[in-house]
Amino acid sequence: MSDLSWSQILAVMAAQFLPVWLALSATFALSHRLRRRLGLYGKLFDSPVGMIGLAIVLFWVFTAIFAPLIITHQPLAQISGLKNALPGAAIASAEAGEFGHYLLGGDSLARDVFSRMVMGAQSVLAIAPAATAFAFMVGITLGLPAGYFGGKLDTALSFGANLVLAFPVILLFYLLVTPEIQNTGPLLLGWRASIPNSMAAILFAFPILFFTLLWQTRYFTNPPRRNLFVGTTLVLGLWIYAGLAFNADPTGLWAMEPNLLNVFVSVVFVNAPTVFRIVRGLTMDLKSRDYIAAGQTRGEGPWYLMLWEILPNARGPLIVDFCLRIGYTTILLGTLGFFGLGVSPESPDWGSTINSGRKLLSVFPHPAVVPALALMSLVLGLNLLADALREESLKD
Amino acid sequence: MLRFLARRLATMVLTALCLTFIVFWLTNLPPNLEKVAKSEAGSRISDAEVASWLQKYGYDRPVLLRYGEWLGVVPAHVAQGPDGPVGRCLPRGTDPATAPSFCGILQGGWGFSNVFKEPVGGIVAKRLGLTGWLMFAVMAVMVPAALLIGVLSGMREGSKLDRALSSASIVTTATPEYVSGVILVTLFASSVTGLKWFKGTATGAMEDITFENFFLPVMTIALYGIGYIARMTRASMAEVMTQQYIRTARLKGVRFRDVVIRHALRNALIAPFTVIMLQFPWLLNGVVIVETLFNYKGFGWTLVQAAGNNDIDLLLGCSIVAVIVVLVTQLISDLGYALLNPRIRLS
Repeated sequence: MSDLSWSQILAVMAAQFLPVWLALSATFALSHRLRRRLGLYGKLFDSPVGMIGLAIVLFWVFTAIFAPLIITHQPLAQISGLKNALPGAAIASAEAGEFGHYLLGGDSLARDVFSRMVMGAQSVLAIAPAATAFAFMVGITLGLPAGYFGGKLDTALSFGANLVLAFPVILLFYLLVTPEIQNTGPLLLGWRASIPNSMAAILFAFPILFFTLLWQTRYFTNPPRRNLFVGTTLVLGLWIYAGLAFNADPTGLWAMEPNLLNVFVSVVFVNAPTVFRIVRGLTMDLKSRDYIAAGQTRGEGPWYLMLWEILPNARGPLIVDFCLRIGYTTILLGTLGFFGLGVSPESPDWGSTINSGRKLLSVFPHPAVVPALALMSLVLGLNLLADALREESLKD
Repeated sequence: MLRFLARRLATMVLTALCLTFIVFWLTNLPPNLEKVAKSEAGSRISDAEVASWLQKYGYDRPVLLRYGEWLGVVPAHVAQGPDGPVGRCLPRGTDPATAPSFCGILQGGWGFSNVFKEPVGGIVAKRLGLTGWLMFAVMAVMVPAALLIGVLSGMREGSKLDRALSSASIVTTATPEYVSGVILVTLFASSVTGLKWFKGTATGAMEDITFENFFLPVMTIALYGIGYIARMTRASMAEVMTQQYIRTARLKGVRFRDVVIRHALRNALIAPFTVIMLQFPWLLNGVVIVETLFNYKGFGWTLVQAAGNNDIDLLLGCSIVAVIVVLVTQLISDLGYALLNPRIRLS
């Protein structure tokens, strides 16, 4: 078998991504047809920038979902003779049924760059949106009361947020994401109260708090319904919470590796203060509106006003920031990988692949350039999406 | 104004104290101290020996007390070393009788680096000097380029020039330093494209800065900031251009160029000023990545070395510098905003 030329490489890669193209075109066709009924999401299809951004983001989302179908080799498989192989290199010893080429070449350990890049999408997209969502829960739950009540609560919370923001991010990562820190701290009933574990216990409680408050304030006049919603939230929430934060899920469905937990908690911790500041600013602006005064006159409680009057009206900037922040989180995860923090050396995530590829950058750049371009395109897609959402939401 | 300044300064000092304490606490966690003991007394010592070493040199005392010593508000601990008393105030070969009793950061004692075997103050000063050159070059490239791009694209919103420049800025803001660095090196310093215009490492720039060895690291940091500042400038410029007084000036028959330069520019540059100041903390991040990538042994490189080897005193020194940079730029940004824009009242 002979090596592939660049046009052949592109054609074969396009064919490998077939499930992604199918899913992408199905999503686009359906969304475009229903765009008048889909609110803000549907309006994206009125702007070319929005469609490009959405297409890039969905491309990576589907790549992550269909990764096992797309990869041509196992991400950890090493094939001798293909160390630093150039893109399109043929595998001399390929057996029948095995994919015969390294599409984007091999890395310094003779692993397939293409497959690792695809699997990297999976590891990034499993963490970044979830970590951003958690950061938003924390930021919203603390930012709303800080902006609404003001006073000492606001001073204290703002001081804490500024404290975290004044910390150089990389220093914080170096201090928090070391393996040793996981084993420091008193043992309480079999659970180690190390710093990342304690932070997880605090930060992961916010979503439960948020949703409980959300249902309680809305439906407390209608106890059956309230009990149903709050009950479901508490059962599901505490189940997941026990699994993620305490690794004590009896069914074993929800669990997080210590390393991953470490990374996750640090990223949430770094992002939450910025969200807090945005929510606090929006709340301070919105609380002087007439509909809030009307609600106060009706005798609505403060949490009802915050969660059901202020928050829905602040959603525009928050959705835009959510998109941007997923991109920023992706960059942060890449930074962590770049410094080799919190990930195993075999991990195919883009940051650590760039890091391991940069040593031979001037001779064999492809192992580092491929994940670099992948990371850049995902962040670019998210930025374009945020831009289009901002413009479309301003049109109202 | 004075009250505002006093309050801000008080907050800054409190923030700096909290942050340094957090760093002190995290670097002095038991496993980190164990590493220090093993690197000083030999890596094969038993747990009991580690404990006795830590006790001998006073590492087992309460963290708050030792933080006080480091700060210089508590008399420094003196331990009995193999050849006479040693401690913060007693580097090897000092006479215990004449040594001062307070040797914290407030007295100018930055401590001693375990990794570089040098006083921290000297290391920080030398490395900061190197990073200073990098920062200066980045600012000299980034600020004019970003403002020019922002003003050009914001003065005629929606024009072809605006579209092209805005797209370019979005692309650069989506490219973190470790990505743009890799791409720039591949394009301009690798054997793949054959364009060996620049050097892929900046080690030589520590002795002698040349265009060849300094261009890529500077561009790598500057690119990310250019896109961000340019977008802010564009938004601000576009907003100013819709103001009534610009229309009045245009209707009076002032040339477009003069309207932009004389009327619009001054008001449009207030917002980017704060953004540029607030970019400094992010630059610090970029500096760490770029100095690692290009092997330029400045402040960021030192921070990584200190953090990677748990060099407690050096890490604390670095974090003080970093925290001061962040806090001072925040203060300048607020003050500058108030001075440039008379409509803002302080307090």
